[in-house]
Amino acid sequence: MAIFITADSKVIVQGMTGSEGMKHTTLMLASGTNVVGGVNPKKAGQSVDFPDGKTVPVFGSVADAMKETGADVSVIFVPPAFAKSAVVEAIDAEIPLAVVITEGIAVKDSAEFYNYSKGKATRIIGPNCPGLISPGQSNAGIIPASIAGAGRIGLVSKSGTLTYQMMYELREFGFSTGVGIGGDPVIGTTHIDCLEAFEQDPDTDAIVMIGEIGGDAEERAAAYIKDNVTKPVVGYVAGFTAPEGKTMGHAGAIVSGSSGTAAAKKEALEAAGVKVGKTPSETADLMREIMKSLAK
Amino acid sequence: MDLFEYQARDVFEKHGVPVLAGAVATTPQEARAAAETIGQKSGGVTVVKAQVKTGGRGKAGGVKVAKTAEEAEAHAEAILGMDIKGHTVHQVMIAQGAQIAEEYYFSILLDRANRTYLAMCSVEGGMEIEVLAVERPEALARIAVDPNVGIDDAKAKEIVDAAGFDEDVKDQIAETIKKLWIVYREEDATLVEVNPLVKTEQGDIVALDGKVTLDENADFRQPDHAALEDKGAADPLEAKAKAKGLNYVKLDGNVGIIGNGAGLVMSTLDVVAYAGEDFTGGKAKPANFLDIGGGASAEVMANGLDVILNDEQVKSVFVNVFGGITACDAVANGIVGALKTLGDGATKPLVVRLDGNNVEEGRRILAEFNHPLVTIEATMDGAARKAAELAAK
Repeated sequence: MAIFITADSKVIVQGMTGSEGMKHTTLMLASGTNVVGGVNPKKAGQSVDFPDGKTVPVFGSVADAMKETGADVSVIFVPPAFAKSAVVEAIDAEIPLAVVITEGIAVKDSAEFYNYSKGKATRIIGPNCPGLISPGQSNAGIIPASIAGAGRIGLVSKSGTLTYQMMYELREFGFSTGVGIGGDPVIGTTHIDCLEAFEQDPDTDAIVMIGEIGGDAEERAAAYIKDNVTKPVVGYVAGFTAPEGKTMGHAGAIVSGSSGTAAAKKEALEAAGVKVGKTPSETADLMREIMKSLAK
Repeated sequence: MDLFEYQARDVFEKHGVPVLAGAVATTPQEARAAAETIGQKSGGVTVVKAQVKTGGRGKAGGVKVAKTAEEAEAHAEAILGMDIKGHTVHQVMIAQGAQIAEEYYFSILLDRANRTYLAMCSVEGGMEIEVLAVERPEALARIAVDPNVGIDDAKAKEIVDAAGFDEDVKDQIAETIKKLWIVYREEDATLVEVNPLVKTEQGDIVALDGKVTLDENADFRQPDHAALEDKGAADPLEAKAKAKGLNYVKLDGNVGIIGNGAGLVMSTLDVVAYAGEDFTGGKAKPANFLDIGGGASAEVMANGLDVILNDEQVKSVFVNVFGGITACDAVANGIVGALKTLGDGATKPLVVRLDGNNVEEGRRILAEFNHPLVTIEATMDGAARKAAELAAK
């Protein structure tokens, strides 16, 4: 099964014909993703040949692409200045899943497109995220498929490279789905949304949750876990040594006053019964123990 | 980016928010000249206010009323150079004096938890809002604002009603709130706060102080914002890194950090700090945050190393890269290229941990290069220990 994307997912790419879009569409195709189209109003009717011999048609709009191909996932590589209109287009076309990879979108634009999506058919993942992968089935975004194969661990993370690091550490077990939800202040899909989906997914046995400083998403996820998640969860939080008032790379990663600290997040998670690792490798060890005991 | 009060005042004025006259001064003489002009509107009375991006100025003695221009000059003399919570005062604002009848509070900000905007308003302004929120939460109205609707007439009415303003000021307050929303929207702000928003003895509503935070991701459509940047305050290394397009934050320790991806770099800082505590009794700590991002070319790596090696506090450097899209051989070539470019300029030991995409080839390239300053470690934790140990020597 996996969550959000499966072998049946039909993926289109908004911004496919740009350099990032081309590079990553090539990689998505190489990892077996069913990429059925690209979207670029200026290149509608054309098609693009990819290195592995696949030819992908370009459509003028998300709606056209969906009508012609039955696409149900859009991966968005459109530059920040145009990202909002690309996401709004995807929402208006009622595509079930829009994965926004673009980094550096103004928070006003994200707040506007997220609120526009409320009550509509589209789930947004991101922005400023690596996307998600259900290894061996589908890869919607930029997570390298070579890191880990299919397995029964679910992973949700604010950070791209920590996602890769954790998948690499736990590659002996593999993953049902790994979701990078992004490090911006406003994101479409939260830790809680992923926890809920993993809890319901029969192919996920245990969950790794990676957070970082800023906001209170981890604290709210902890409260959710306490009441709703029966599967074992291990956690990791980055940024214990981050100083107050400095943005650490991700726009959302900032400690302001006493709010958003890694220590508070760790405490909340532990109070909810989540085992929290001090480092990524210690976190992987905690998950290793759980997977071994589940295998018995 | 946080604005100084005088910058916020200017931005308010630009969008029609009622403010009093004000001017910035960097010397007591300038303060006097400004007070002579501005004081004419208020019987000679001005307020000299320290311009620092932190709260608690009043308590620290950074806000003083002057009855004459001479007094304003003397106050500026005393306030300039003052240290307020670690911020040195380089500028003062000379503001027109006001006779305050009542003090209110208003702010609008991004509500991350609910992914909307949040307007907060109180008829009990003046004090620190964090204190009011804790001590008398019922006195602080909190109203969600839909980003796609904003503060229209109905929302402004909802806010003033919830805050419990007297009938005689409700309309004026609502008008001011709508203008502050325009500031928030038009300037791509993530915070607009007015504390206090006042009613004067004459019955006018005036934004007497202002705090504005702007979203740097919106700079592409806000050409005026570059001029608001406080270039003088930036750490010289931070300024240098920024000029080279690097995502760098200066910290206090002695282990230089380079990594790819914000999360991994934050994690690297933590792991180095733990190693520093465990193995060196706290003598080794991270010196900076530096994220070289996905495409770690030789040039980016060289620029990063250049910034870090020029940090006099740095005694060792930890390069922590997980090859995702980037291949480790490209990263290794980047390090080799950087060290060749720097030549004798590279004098500090480098501990390198590579993992992921094409790691064998990356490690092989570094092993073959066999630079005396480079140590290759297999794990992130092991590399952190090694870098801490080298820094603590």
